Amino acid sequence: MATLDILTYPDERLKTACEPVDQFDPALREFIEHLQETCSGGPGAVGIAAPQVGELRRICIVDATRAKRPVENHGPLVLINPEITAWDGFAVGREGCLSVPDYTGKVIRAERIELKAQDPFGKPLSFSMKGFEARIAQHEVDHLDGILFLDRLVSRHADLQLRKK
Amino acid sequence: MNDKWLILTLVGADQPGIVANLTRILFGAGAELGEAAMLRLGNQFAIMLMVRGAGSPETVMGLLESVRAQFDLKLHIDETDAALHEQRDPDVLVTVHGADRAGIVAEVTGALVEAGFNILDLRSDVGGSTTSPIYIMQIEGEARQGIEAIEQAVAALNQQGLSVRVVPLDTVRG
Repeated sequence: MATLDILTYPDERLKTACEPVDQFDPALREFIEHLQETCSGGPGAVGIAAPQVGELRRICIVDATRAKRPVENHGPLVLINPEITAWDGFAVGREGCLSVPDYTGKVIRAERIELKAQDPFGKPLSFSMKGFEARIAQHEVDHLDGILFLDRLVSRHADLQLRKK
Repeated sequence: MNDKWLILTLVGADQPGIVANLTRILFGAGAELGEAAMLRLGNQFAIMLMVRGAGSPETVMGLLESVRAQFDLKLHIDETDAALHEQRDPDVLVTVHGADRAGIVAEVTGALVEAGFNILDLRSDVGGSTTSPIYIMQIEGEARQGIEAIEQAVAALNQQGLSVRVVPLDTVRG
């Protein structure tokens, strides 16, 4: 397994919408292993998207098990062709990005989402996510659409949501 | 050429064009601008910004004399050991509000520092009416002894007629 180089803003590839995956082959799964390794090596990273390593395909990792404080989660997830099909509620939260070093800012995200995707073998997946995990998923799906959290910043003085117990 | 960051502080009655005129002159002099904070305090406009590459504090003072005079600003310049790329993420937000009275900031920040809190960002405002003013403060920082210590400190403050809330901040980094 290799740790891949992470692109940093303003690399144009980070602003590019990615193509769907249609080949669920060993090469895809090998790339995913490299992506997982890269995510594990990223300081404090709880997710990563393929375009962040220059692969303009709809592949991302969402791993809320790596949150500093325990949060509800579905374990480490590899999501191919993820689509958010429903949104509910909203909350302000702080985000950073492996591709935007040395900066974090506040972003509004849906509190609860429904997400469907495929696994590395093409099998359909669906999840109901909330809170921190839902925020990671929205951040990563944005990457696949060429959107950075910088595009969604809200006021530095926006109040943050009290985390639900 | 001076490579140290200068920190400029300018204060004056709020009016349009201060920032544009100030930064145009600095840019024209070849200055590099670092981080900046600009806000209204009361009816005054206050700016703090990092500047380097435009010479000594005295040189920059001279450069900015025209804009200082034009907008009737007070200008102060310090040479510092400031550096960029030193961001630290807060892991806790403390919000405070209550009837305005003397001592709120001292009480709250005193209790927080005792509990291991390091302030990274603080904003406070006086709202409400002139006859019944309220004080509102938002503080972001680092809970160096854990959030429980902060929560205990805040519980005592809540007994003193203030509404104080502690919100843990988790940063999604992806």
